[in-house]
Amino acid sequence: MDIKTNKKGANVDIKKKENVDFFHQVVDCQYACPAHTPVPEYIRLIAQGKYTEAYMINWQSNVFPGILGRTCDRPCEPACRRGRLDDSEEPVAICRLKRVAADNKDEISTLLPDIPKEKNGKRIALIGGGPASLTVARDLAPLGYDITLFDEQTKGGGMIRSQIPSFRLPDEVLDEEVNYVLDMGISTHFNKRVDSLKAVLDDDYDAVFIGTGAPKGRDLDLPGRTEGEANIHIGVEWLANVAFKHTDAIGKKVIVLGGGNTAMDCCRTALRLGGEQVTVTVRSPFATMKASPWEIEDAQHEGIPILDNHVPKEFIIKDGKLTAMRFEKVKAEFDDQGNRSLVPLDEPPVIIECDDVLIAVGQSNSFPWIERDIGIAFNKWDMPKVNRTTFATTLPNVFVGGDAAFGPENVITAVAHGHQAAISIDLHCQGQDIKQRPAPDVTLLSQKMGVHEWSYDSQVSNDDRNIVPLMELQEALKNLNNEVELGFDEKRAISEAARCLNCDMQTVFTEKKCIECDACVDVCPTKVLTMTSKEADEQILRNKLTVPAKNLEQPLYVSGDLATGRVMVKDEDLCLHCGLCAERCPTAAWDLQQFTYNEATACDNLAHKAD
Amino acid sequence: MTYLRPDFRHPDAPTNDLGYTSKDYEGALSTLCAGCGHDSISAALIQACFEMSIEPHQVAKISGIGCSSKTPTYFLGNSHGFNSVHGRMPSVTTGANLANRDLKYVGVSGDGDSASIGLGQFAHVVRRNLNMLYIVENNGCYGLTKGQMSATTDIDSVNKSGMVNEHQPIDLVNLALELGATFVARSFSGDKEQLVPLMKAAMSHRGFAFIDVVSPCVTFNNNAGSKKSYDFVREHNEATSALDFVPMKDEITTTYEQGSSQEVTLHDGSVIHLTKAIKGFDPCDRRAAIKAIKDHNERGEILTGLLYVDTDPTDLHDMYGTSCKPLNSLKEDVLCPGNATLQSINESFR
Repeated sequence: MDIKTNKKGANVDIKKKENVDFFHQVVDCQYACPAHTPVPEYIRLIAQGKYTEAYMINWQSNVFPGILGRTCDRPCEPACRRGRLDDSEEPVAICRLKRVAADNKDEISTLLPDIPKEKNGKRIALIGGGPASLTVARDLAPLGYDITLFDEQTKGGGMIRSQIPSFRLPDEVLDEEVNYVLDMGISTHFNKRVDSLKAVLDDDYDAVFIGTGAPKGRDLDLPGRTEGEANIHIGVEWLANVAFKHTDAIGKKVIVLGGGNTAMDCCRTALRLGGEQVTVTVRSPFATMKASPWEIEDAQHEGIPILDNHVPKEFIIKDGKLTAMRFEKVKAEFDDQGNRSLVPLDEPPVIIECDDVLIAVGQSNSFPWIERDIGIAFNKWDMPKVNRTTFATTLPNVFVGGDAAFGPENVITAVAHGHQAAISIDLHCQGQDIKQRPAPDVTLLSQKMGVHEWSYDSQVSNDDRNIVPLMELQEALKNLNNEVELGFDEKRAISEAARCLNCDMQTVFTEKKCIECDACVDVCPTKVLTMTSKEADEQILRNKLTVPAKNLEQPLYVSGDLATGRVMVKDEDLCLHCGLCAERCPTAAWDLQQFTYNEATACDNLAHKAD
Repeated sequence: MTYLRPDFRHPDAPTNDLGYTSKDYEGALSTLCAGCGHDSISAALIQACFEMSIEPHQVAKISGIGCSSKTPTYFLGNSHGFNSVHGRMPSVTTGANLANRDLKYVGVSGDGDSASIGLGQFAHVVRRNLNMLYIVENNGCYGLTKGQMSATTDIDSVNKSGMVNEHQPIDLVNLALELGATFVARSFSGDKEQLVPLMKAAMSHRGFAFIDVVSPCVTFNNNAGSKKSYDFVREHNEATSALDFVPMKDEITTTYEQGSSQEVTLHDGSVIHLTKAIKGFDPCDRRAAIKAIKDHNERGEILTGLLYVDTDPTDLHDMYGTSCKPLNSLKEDVLCPGNATLQSINESFR
């Protein structure tokens, strides 16, 4: 980063984009979240037992707190500063704290935004009833839009309903949060598969949003595939059949092919539907499996073996029935360019007996229902060309979001897409330029209350990451609907919330007040402050700090000139936000100021405030 | 109220030869006023002891009374400590040192503790050349009793309420030189680049090492007109030379420019490398040091850095021929050598 662009003057002008960007980046969790949920703010509310407020902050930002609190891919957690403090330190369990807010909140129906009885005259069609579409509906309905939703399933929720097994996400939680949106007066057409976009467009909607996900599970064309058809299932389809109760049993010996989250859901579901010997096989080494580590852990906890470096070669059929699979063992080798190839080992093939096989080797998009001659341009992967900021297609009133836009991602990304698409749809319907994006709502406010007193709990907890208690394994496996994770109780929730470092409490420096007494530099526990001579080259500056700033992803906070001509430099990487620099500053040159950042949505601030 | 230091430290914090990080040399969180110069001196001591890989349990911190004398709580929390009587730190240190010569003694005192109530003790510990580091945290006022002028308040210095000092100040550096101190330096709490190597050299010196550290009282003596404020000291500070301290075990790798630099080798083989700022200044010339200090004083400047060092002094233990071993390690057969030895001693007096 250019040092000149992150100088902080006497009065930080929070209207300046460079300052907003700088402080935004310091709040690692919020920055990493696709929807930019204000994580530290709701964690503090949880610590205070204000679950309803914590829930509503989440609901405004990510629409599905109870769902995400159980199923989110949690990009916030690997980003969490706490995980960098030392080798044994783990990130704050942000995702499961979100669930605490959802599980313990009060009735929130009175807090939801009012839906105008008089509509604004604009009609919106949503194709697909998943998280992206529901987010668009949530953001636009309070503004008076007339919204119609089409989905081929019997209920709303999209892949959240069809792909996530109920032992991870109970139906009640899903129904509750989907209904908060649908109850906003959305006209729903379930069991209605849209076969022609042209037909929808002909109905004179002012805008159409496509949130049809990536519903097509990839197949494996191996010898025996056709003959074994009756016992070979595509993972996503099989999970959907289980979710909608079309399937309630599977053979005793099951092989799941694939190393992603769908494979993990498949194997655990199979275990609950009669599978006794369920095995997961992966082509690649264990370490490069695509599934989230915690989902792999959960599968292993249930005793499911995961065999890596096994490439499937053949479905073995005997007397017209699938009896086993043949695998070739490989090892991963890398060439000079870092490209991986799986090299066969000189070992006999591995034969694994099976009654059923679930193929979970990836998903793809498919748009046979979009006519290619109606003005929507497609790219070389046969996907509609979608703008990454506006989510617009080449047809001005058609927008795409969620997995349908750029391929399979996750729920929180779909929500983020939905927010942006809703902004675009609103601008489009109001005749404004969709490229003019609304700015986030930001504030920067001192948190000093008195001597040694800050508005937040600045003490840094030493607690280890709390483990979510699980239902006893035997009990959990008895019923598909038994939720395995029990969630944090109050004691664990408070302990976990206290582990948050409050990174939104920004250290803001006013060089004109500094008398260069060294007090902040001396007291800083992690030695991230240095007063030193100026350097034009950031790398030189990074190397000469008290502890060299090696994490280049984290910015340096560089002050303007001090009286002696030196500058105050702070390496943001490992700041504990404990506030001791400000405590020990005799002139209040350092101050701890809360930075709030709320991403703009089409329906900002429409929810009612909790008491 | 949350005023607690977190336990986390930087995971890349360096370790010293003992495998310790600087955390192992920290003390309790300071309760002095925010911005107090004394806290910087504590931090410099932590850094010096860490970098010299001194075993914390091989250090004894001894102090008198005053803001300065509170500070041993805030550094070297794993070392021995004795917070003694006002102005009596030298006596207690002398006693401790005679009992156990193996420890490093760090005496911490202030201008009140050393230049007023303890002036007599100060004079005698200097002339005895007790092996210790004696630090005066000199803020030119009585901070603990709300900022009255002290014996080191400079002439014409204005205090916070506008009073002008008309009494002659006691310059402890000159006094120490007059009384025969074998290592004398002055520094500034806001200049760790100078203070840390001075502390290292002082702790390697065998004999009485005195460092007068100008340490602004941020609450009562940091006003305009004060001659011990951060601004005044920064503007009027002239260093004799820039210092590098090279411990005996390390090889000298830096090359220094000829002519403007000087090396002073201490008795243990460690080297103080001086890059001179004042031409011709020789830190081994006591009279020249006294003159240079007075000359600067007349010009209103504060001369800092290493002012005088005697590289081969005779300390109190040498003079008295005391036990080479700490008294607590002596066994009964040594302490009570028997009747024959007693008779021979008595015989020697006849």
